[in-house]
Amino acid sequence: MSDRRYLKPAAAVALALVLCLPPFYLDAFWLRIGLFSVAAAIGAVGLSLLSGTAGQLSLGHAFFLAVGAYGYTWLAGDPGPGLPTALAAVLAVLLAGVAGGLFSPVAGRLRGVYLGVATLALVFLGHHLLLTADSVTGGFNGRSVPPLTLGGFGFTADDPELTVLGVPFGAEERLWFLGLALFGLTWFTARGLLRSRPGRALAALRDSETAAAVMGVDVARYRSAAFVVSSMYAGLAGVLLALAFRRVVPDYFSLALSVDYLAMIVIGGLGSVAGATAGAVFVTALPLLMTRYADQLPLVATPGTEDGGVGPTEAARYLYGAAIVVILLYAPDGLHGLARRVRARLRPHPAPAEQTPASTVPSAPAVRPKEHTP
Amino acid sequence: MTSLLDDLLNGLALGAVYALVALGFVVIFKASGVINFAQGSLLLFGGYLTAVLHDDLGFAGALAVAVLATALLAGALDRLLLQRGEPDPRMAHVQTIVTIGVDIVLLTDLSRRIGGDLLSLGDPWGDSVVTLGSVTVADSRLAAIAVSAVAIAAVFALFRFTPWGLSLRAAAEDTEAAALMGVRLSRVRMLAWCLAGALAALAAVFLAAFPAPGLERTTGQIALKAFPAAILGGMASPPGALAGSLLIGLTEALVAGHQSDLHVLGEGFGDVAPYAVMVLVLLVRPTGLFGAKGAARV
Repeated sequence: MSDRRYLKPAAAVALALVLCLPPFYLDAFWLRIGLFSVAAAIGAVGLSLLSGTAGQLSLGHAFFLAVGAYGYTWLAGDPGPGLPTALAAVLAVLLAGVAGGLFSPVAGRLRGVYLGVATLALVFLGHHLLLTADSVTGGFNGRSVPPLTLGGFGFTADDPELTVLGVPFGAEERLWFLGLALFGLTWFTARGLLRSRPGRALAALRDSETAAAVMGVDVARYRSAAFVVSSMYAGLAGVLLALAFRRVVPDYFSLALSVDYLAMIVIGGLGSVAGATAGAVFVTALPLLMTRYADQLPLVATPGTEDGGVGPTEAARYLYGAAIVVILLYAPDGLHGLARRVRARLRPHPAPAEQTPASTVPSAPAVRPKEHTP
Repeated sequence: MTSLLDDLLNGLALGAVYALVALGFVVIFKASGVINFAQGSLLLFGGYLTAVLHDDLGFAGALAVAVLATALLAGALDRLLLQRGEPDPRMAHVQTIVTIGVDIVLLTDLSRRIGGDLLSLGDPWGDSVVTLGSVTVADSRLAAIAVSAVAIAAVFALFRFTPWGLSLRAAAEDTEAAALMGVRLSRVRMLAWCLAGALAALAAVFLAAFPAPGLERTTGQIALKAFPAAILGGMASPPGALAGSLLIGLTEALVAGHQSDLHVLGEGFGDVAPYAVMVLVLLVRPTGLFGAKGAARV
């Protein structure tokens, strides 16, 4: 089996190399979609740890994204301490963790739907705060985000000028690699966490709180810790989003954003890092692509013609909503489950003795409640 | 600065309307374990139908059609999209997300039709007011309180005295035992969704009536405020939803009425005060005011 042992790392390296290619072949539009997708994936992995693994429903993810984004902008910005941008980014992530920690009296005690709606409060109170505290947040119009600088290398269009293999590296290209690096960090820390003692404890907590407590899991502590970790991933995603948008406005961090993140992890398949990533790319990229290419779809009116036809933005929304419904109707365990079923079907059948458990997989579409980490 | 009595009456009217929506959340949650994110767009759908039809059918006729149509839509939504295969309580979270997808589609379509318009529902109260002693109240607010009270009483009577109500309570208590006793879970569920749809359509009328300018595409977002109302009382408890709604309505009206004294909290704090109240209540009682503690068995 020694050749199989090298298969996975080799595949990972190959994938990483492929992901380094886009800046050389795709224009800024595609890179921006990719960048938003990567940022969303980082946030979605965080939410997946909380909701998928620990079983805590959260609708407050947009708030922690906002803490990260605004935290970075304020810490590095002019009304604010004006710290070195790299330090500000790290502190913003920690700040999001602290915000999650402050919520722990609620997060540690509430469960299920109650926690979900309680976190809803975070989004609305946070949005109110963003609008009101305009000396820090810039109020309704938001603030522009200072670009990140790492040791003299700026993630901007021309600081310093950089051309790699004949391709001029602007802000998008540079941020793409930053996003990839951060996503790699997220991927490995999240998978490591899931497969370690705390990850097992959280999964035990989800499956049965009482049983977990009897086994020695400190219920309130682990629940709060899951919340803190998830908020930190959200904070990191917030920083990256702020850098990609170059401007933060309160209205972006609305309930709709929280709901989008929830949709990401369920579409991807709960409790799986790879699933959360796939869901994030799907939910982020689909509306952007639809809006761009909707005018080539049938039945879509060109924008500006006021004849009651369906505009491209609306067509994108219709398709997005319908896609959520259709995916979940036919793959209730999300894209991750779908991929696993397809793989199980494609795999050449091994010896008949092993076949029985494997062959039942394609015919069992129900969600497996006690599914463990990917 | 308004008088306390004004605020209380406004709060009561607001709470009565929230109660209609919150009751819808609770009924659906009790019957299917799903949080219905599409409640807001169902509400908008009911309001839109009333607005479009009231010229031809008159207000009462239009409202009746709208309530019926919204009930059917909600029922169909549950039957065709959510209830697929064997009923399985573990599927509730997936079905919750499906309602998000449905909400996006419905809301997009209704927003497109409504556009930037303010639609009048043609309700009979107009902008008339009555003066009771020192207090001036809009007729529509009194009507909201009266109609909601009747509707809520009717719903409670349904729970208490009809075979469906008994089935619903049994199914909420223990799904498996209820099914073994011959309760048709899928039908109980579908009727619960129908009821929630009807309540949402009814609530739309009062949300669009004076002093609100009319039905706009954002009217459905009010349903979000019924979330804290439903949770405050305990998600599976109809009387709790009622108490929670009144608490939320009164809080919002009182905070909005005393805006000038509370300016430290920022402009428009009345809109978010319900959420602050909810978090405080949940800190003390994690399962809501009327929520069951529930024994855990391993």
